[in-house]
Amino acid sequence: MTSKFLKVTIERGAAAKNAQQVFDVPAHESQTVLDVVSWIQQCADPTLSYRYACRVGMCGSCAMMVNGVPRWTCRTHISKVLDGNAVTIGPLRNLPTIKDLVVDMDPFFDKWVAAEGMHHGGRTREHPIAPVDEKSAARIEASAGIECINCSICYAACDTVAGNPEYLGPAALLRAWTLLNDDKDEGRDAILAAVSGKGGCHNCHSMGSCTAYCPNELDPMSAIAGLKRETTKSFLGRVR
Amino acid sequence: MNAAKGIVSRAHPLWLAYVLHRLSGIGLAVFLPFHFWVLAMAMTAPARLDAFLAMTGAGVVKLAEFGLVFLLAVHMFGGLRLMALEWLPWRPSQKSLAAGAAAASFLIASLFLLKAV
Repeated sequence: MTSKFLKVTIERGAAAKNAQQVFDVPAHESQTVLDVVSWIQQCADPTLSYRYACRVGMCGSCAMMVNGVPRWTCRTHISKVLDGNAVTIGPLRNLPTIKDLVVDMDPFFDKWVAAEGMHHGGRTREHPIAPVDEKSAARIEASAGIECINCSICYAACDTVAGNPEYLGPAALLRAWTLLNDDKDEGRDAILAAVSGKGGCHNCHSMGSCTAYCPNELDPMSAIAGLKRETTKSFLGRVR
Repeated sequence: MNAAKGIVSRAHPLWLAYVLHRLSGIGLAVFLPFHFWVLAMAMTAPARLDAFLAMTGAGVVKLAEFGLVFLLAVHMFGGLRLMALEWLPWRPSQKSLAAGAAAASFLIASLFLLKAV
């Protein structure tokens, strides 16, 4: 660490009195971005609003823009992102800001529902459990996809979402792809109809920011490519 | 400055490939109407076309032609890349193999080209 203090710029939104506020934060060993934000709120400005819960990369609450890149602040060491001794922290992109570093996640979760991101069960408790072959190609896709914790990093990283507010976004489409590959889910037609609509998977330009920035190392871009193939196959099947 | 920062912050290879594909596409779209206009001169004003074709000997026009071929090449390969990426369910190891094969074939083709020159 070159300096004992970090120059931390907090983007508090265009509507705030201090749209960009700079704080001098004491530097420590093994300090995360979340530690820095917490220090500001506890020691410098108690009015600063931000969101976090687990602090260990499990809950997906603390995602913010750090030097223009969406990151889990709890799992990002400040030393990895410092530009000299300066860093800029802002609210997640592509979502409405409620206050300071807190964004409204409603549009993000509404799109999960719009992409049929819920379980479509067809069995009752009287039926046997659906057999799952854990080595099948489909199950490998589904098992990867269920690791998504809805942190919205991919949604904030996506330039297609930025340009088209109707686009469902990488997380919702990854969820749809996961369910499509899940033997326990019976909503295939509903999912394919939901993801081939106006804001659906065919809007994706394969820029790959979702896959590049996913902290869980998931691959929404390839999942969306899978949806493109499945929706096209289903469309051609209907035409024939 | 902010725009430059925005680009730097998300300039990973796939994003740059997208930008290259989009810009080369726009470049070709701007070129094509002009191209057809010149071709149409063969029917409407052959003398003017000959005068225009005489210009193609100039160095600057040759440079522009190089740029055009570059745009066509990157746009074509960008399109092939997209189709391969989206329509073939590649595994990461298969992607590495395909990239290796493309690089090897390019190397061999370059060796033949050097011998020809």
